[in-house]
Amino acid sequence: MIDPLTLEIFWSRLIATVNEQATSLMRTAFSATVAEAGDLSACVFDPRGYMIAQAVTGTPGHINSMARCIRHFLDEIPAQALNPGDVLVTNDPWKTSGHFHDITVVTPIFRTGADGDAPELVAFFGTICHVADIGGRPFSADAREVYEEGLHIPISRLFRGGVPNDDLLRIIRANVREPDAVVGDLYAMATSNDVGGARLLEFLDEFGLTSVVPLADEVIARSEAAMRDAIRAVPDGTYRHALVMDGYAEALADGTVREVPVTLACAVTVHGDTLSVDFEGTSPEAPRGINVVMNYTEAYTTFGIKCALAPDVPNNEGSFRPVTITAPLGSILNCQPPAPVAGRHIVGQWLPAVVHGALAQAIPDRVIADGSSSLWITGFTGTTRATDEAPRRPFSMLFFNSGGTGARPTKDGLSSTAFPSGVRGVPAEIVEARSPLLVMERSLRTDSGGPGRWRGGLGHRLVVRADDRAVEGDLRFAPFFDRTRVAAPGRDGGHAGGLGDFSLRPGTNTSDTAAVRRPHPKATTFVSPGTDIIMDLPGGGGIGDPRDRDPAHVAADVRDGYVSPESSLHVYARQP
Amino acid sequence: MANPRNGTSASVRPTRWRVGIDIGGTFTDLLLTDDENPGGAWFGKVLTTPDDPARGVAAALTEALERAGAATRDLATVIHGTTLVTNALIERKGDRTALVTTRGFRDAVEIAREHRYDMYDLHLDLPRPLAPRHLRFEVDERLRADGTIYAPLDLASVDAVADALHGAGFGGETGAVAVCLLHAYRNPAHERAVADRIRERLSGVRLSLSHEVAGEIREYERATTTLANVYVQRLMEGYLGRIEATLTEAGSPARLLLMLSGGGTATVDTARRFPIRLVESGPAAGALAAAAHGAATGRPNLLSFDMGGTTAKACLVTGGIPPVTTEFEVDRVYRFKAGSGLPVRVPSIDLIEIGAGGGSIARVDRFGLVKVGPDSAGADPGPACYGLGGTMPTVTDADLVLGYLDASHFLGGAMALDLDAARRAIATHVGTPTGLDVTGGAWAIHQVVNEAMAAAARMHAVERGKDAAAVPLFAFGGAGPVHAAGVARLLGSREIVVPYGAGVGSTIGFLAAPVSFDFVRSYYARLDATSWATVATLLAEMEAEGRDLLTASGIDPATVAFDHRAELRLVGQAHQVTVDLPPDAVEALHALAARPSDGAVAATVAHDAIARAFASTYRTLYRRDAPPVAVEAVNWRVVARGPVPAFALPRPTGTHSDAPRLAVAKGHRPAWWPEVGHHVPTAVYDRAALAPDMAPIAGPAIVEERESTTVVPPGATVEVEASGALVIRLPGRRASLAQRTPV
Repeated sequence: MIDPLTLEIFWSRLIATVNEQATSLMRTAFSATVAEAGDLSACVFDPRGYMIAQAVTGTPGHINSMARCIRHFLDEIPAQALNPGDVLVTNDPWKTSGHFHDITVVTPIFRTGADGDAPELVAFFGTICHVADIGGRPFSADAREVYEEGLHIPISRLFRGGVPNDDLLRIIRANVREPDAVVGDLYAMATSNDVGGARLLEFLDEFGLTSVVPLADEVIARSEAAMRDAIRAVPDGTYRHALVMDGYAEALADGTVREVPVTLACAVTVHGDTLSVDFEGTSPEAPRGINVVMNYTEAYTTFGIKCALAPDVPNNEGSFRPVTITAPLGSILNCQPPAPVAGRHIVGQWLPAVVHGALAQAIPDRVIADGSSSLWITGFTGTTRATDEAPRRPFSMLFFNSGGTGARPTKDGLSSTAFPSGVRGVPAEIVEARSPLLVMERSLRTDSGGPGRWRGGLGHRLVVRADDRAVEGDLRFAPFFDRTRVAAPGRDGGHAGGLGDFSLRPGTNTSDTAAVRRPHPKATTFVSPGTDIIMDLPGGGGIGDPRDRDPAHVAADVRDGYVSPESSLHVYARQP
Repeated sequence: MANPRNGTSASVRPTRWRVGIDIGGTFTDLLLTDDENPGGAWFGKVLTTPDDPARGVAAALTEALERAGAATRDLATVIHGTTLVTNALIERKGDRTALVTTRGFRDAVEIAREHRYDMYDLHLDLPRPLAPRHLRFEVDERLRADGTIYAPLDLASVDAVADALHGAGFGGETGAVAVCLLHAYRNPAHERAVADRIRERLSGVRLSLSHEVAGEIREYERATTTLANVYVQRLMEGYLGRIEATLTEAGSPARLLLMLSGGGTATVDTARRFPIRLVESGPAAGALAAAAHGAATGRPNLLSFDMGGTTAKACLVTGGIPPVTTEFEVDRVYRFKAGSGLPVRVPSIDLIEIGAGGGSIARVDRFGLVKVGPDSAGADPGPACYGLGGTMPTVTDADLVLGYLDASHFLGGAMALDLDAARRAIATHVGTPTGLDVTGGAWAIHQVVNEAMAAAARMHAVERGKDAAAVPLFAFGGAGPVHAAGVARLLGSREIVVPYGAGVGSTIGFLAAPVSFDFVRSYYARLDATSWATVATLLAEMEAEGRDLLTASGIDPATVAFDHRAELRLVGQAHQVTVDLPPDAVEALHALAARPSDGAVAATVAHDAIARAFASTYRTLYRRDAPPVAVEAVNWRVVARGPVPAFALPRPTGTHSDAPRLAVAKGHRPAWWPEVGHHVPTAVYDRAALAPDMAPIAGPAIVEERESTTVVPPGATVEVEASGALVIRLPGRRASLAQRTPV
């Protein structure tokens, strides 16, 4: 038993250690997805592989996946086979965070014993980040099999005794479109683990500790107890809920295309201080890259539960223990190889909404209405034109966009804010400095927030085009968009949020609406330079009858153009 | 009284007095020094006059000058810092502000980074933009990232915006407008053209341009900084005008300088144009004061702990230098949580600030826990015990009830405190909901605020890889010495230093800082493809500008010094590393600027030295060699500074040669100590009567001076060191911590 004050000091220090690990990764990374968008995570594990602490930055899909992945590493390469200077790597979707683009790097940290004793394993530091490219098809949901989606790096050594594994690095370099950026990010990840490890050793020395295990046990035990308390506060029972997504398109034998919606169904059972979630009734695997591995299903499900029940409890091994999650084998939430998985976030990021829908029956004051749920990821690849100074070269640019969140029980939803993902948007100036793209518009969509006593957050319109001066040939554009057919529903009399939309408008000066194309929102499409790619991101659902909204809020919304005068009159029943 | 010592005066200037003035949320602090009498110092502390802060300044200055036997016409320099900018932003009391931006981007300041700063909190709030959506306008124009024109500026669209601004009441003395166009940091032509056109149409309109305020990439951060600048500008101009008028009316020829957030000082003109650079000027002065004191007393590493009426600030000073950051946030909406505020891209001393000051209000939350701050009773109505109408209990009320403060000796007795009012406030708002008696409630408030400050200080240190307990705690500000022992105990510190004049301690920073200006020029190029002649020219230009500004500020050009830095990164990285240019590189670049014709050798020297400096900085920061990728430069920076003022730490006036060996208490009063569990008579000493050669005093004890009170708990000792500072020694907690920990 560690006294509370001492524990608090140790705990703050561990958090600071992983925060510094994450910061150094962001500052040394090459991909915009890591350096700008924060699509990364950083954690420390005890020598048994229990996650103790995570950085405050990061995204749930990574963090909670990593909590599970460390054991896969140890199954493959037992702790006894590890030596100082070894660094492990993999991007196995089923063992880590669900697609090849996420690479996990884990570093065992050793303390050199006194008097020539053998170095002793004291902890693992792990990071995951989304790299710029992984070969195969450019990042998209198009693939029919995981083999198309790029290079699979099985659990391997990235460094052996401090020496880079050159054979592996050569294979990676030969397979990816941006070898300097990808290898640079691998170095950055190893570096950040070193920074975390060095800080941890200083911490142990400073307090004369020989092991983090007692500290881990204390933190895990307290987190587990707090999580159990939080579950106990929810009335016992089984709460069922199902949501239907846009899904994907299937080409039929007669040449027509059929839209196949995806159903996510869950039963949340609260029994005393345990909680289980079963996804029986969920759609089967899809023949497109939107399938979710169990690790990732667990990651977003536990996240949804935790932010509703116990946002303040530290996220670690202990907070996971009282929760059990199951999904039918072969369903879209527990897919098996060789199912394609690149766009798994589209489905996985709906899981908090599915779980919250069930929990709303038990604790309506603590869960929010549905929002846009999954990130609208935009992937661009192409070739720059040759100039006097430089030959033509391939480029790729990936960034994340977010619609509105659902209304909260006592507040409006957040406009254009990622939830449940924890990533950031990338500034237009950064997109343009790093690629020959032009971001032409990012503006909030009037009336896209679901009306309600508490209004849903607004989505925004994003318009991107390739600069025809700088791009040769067509731009290859991969959309990962949902909620273009099924809007985010409102709750308790609140209305649904605005639907998303995706279209291409050729030429900057044309007003020829017949020329507007509507490609499929989850299929790669080719776009000529100068054509506007127009993305209208969805809004969140409202809570409560809009006619009960504070008239002053309605008036302010109209003045600022969040709500149109027509909606004010017809939906909110207020003369604008 | 001023009593110049023989042989110390080398100055022939008719004016010889310098004054540092800090306006905080609750108190205005002042330090007056005499160049002919190093170490001689006169302090002042008065309540801030929020309706017109200049009035408080005038009052404090007049009073201090009188005590010093000097006249306003003898003032050479007035150096000033203020929380006016921060407070205007936090309280949203600035101008009605509009934004003019590139077509399609008026919502960039609201969409921000599409990010929640807390991963699990479903109920968090995001900061509101300073310009509401109906005052955000767009013009037709477009630059590319390389600064070339993609679509020319359409002046008709600017005219339409000007009309809309006019219609909304902007122009002349009404309203403020920020102009932030995409990629203006690379090419300011469109921003300038927009500004010119709007000025033509709306005569006298107040404008700030993003490339001037914060010429850095990332539109959200740049726009927010520009908005914040123009939002507070009118307030700041009016205020600076009144301060200048106050000095002029008093017949003072003094040069007025302002402390910048980054630790330098600047002229009134710079402060008027870029008030946002003063956003943390008061706290910055505090950190500088701690560093200056540490440097003078052999403590290059210390934890600066500055607790005033409204907030507490902690800053870890390492090697005599407070750290500087450009990632600063104002108005954090979520109890000071990182990411919950508006980003401001100006150089600032990197400190942690929390809403915990003497005026912070205590209340009991719905779980029955005592919470303190972040809201403050400020100077008006102030704590309940001020008797100015405040009814909510504050930290100062708790300190009074515990006996740490004396109702009749606050501000040297200038301000009587009402103990009964303090007791009533605590009983009503803390005692009743918790069932604690008044003393218990007061102790809960005192302890909760100490815990909050210790946690913040520890995080600040730990985030920098340091242990807050390993260095002395340097305590100042009106409430700092009252709470230092409690904070030190929680941190595990073993030494507390309370400087002479602790109650106005941050003012020392104003007088110890050189006048300085920073410059930055963007020039993106790989080091191996850099035009070194261009770099040499950029550096020379910045040096020349700096020299001119310093000369205009009254600095002898021969004494001007420069710091040269480059922001470098590996090609493809998003963030850069700041590297001090090695002397040989600077020398080579100077040679190149002077003789461009034979530049090849100089270029090689500069390239190699800078590349080496990058590699070594990278290794120090990240503990691993950089991967084999080319290095590129993004920005080149120059700091031009005048000499560090010949400034001696304030020392107590008068001599102690005939002082007794043992300190004599001036009296006793009941004070509450957790070790005892009830009020016990505690010795109270007059700080002016303590001398360096006296034997240490054992706690519990209380040392009083006009501007502050130092609390010495049981188990600690206090003595005066040669600098005049009180040094409190504590047993420290490190040893017992290890024993208690079964790991």
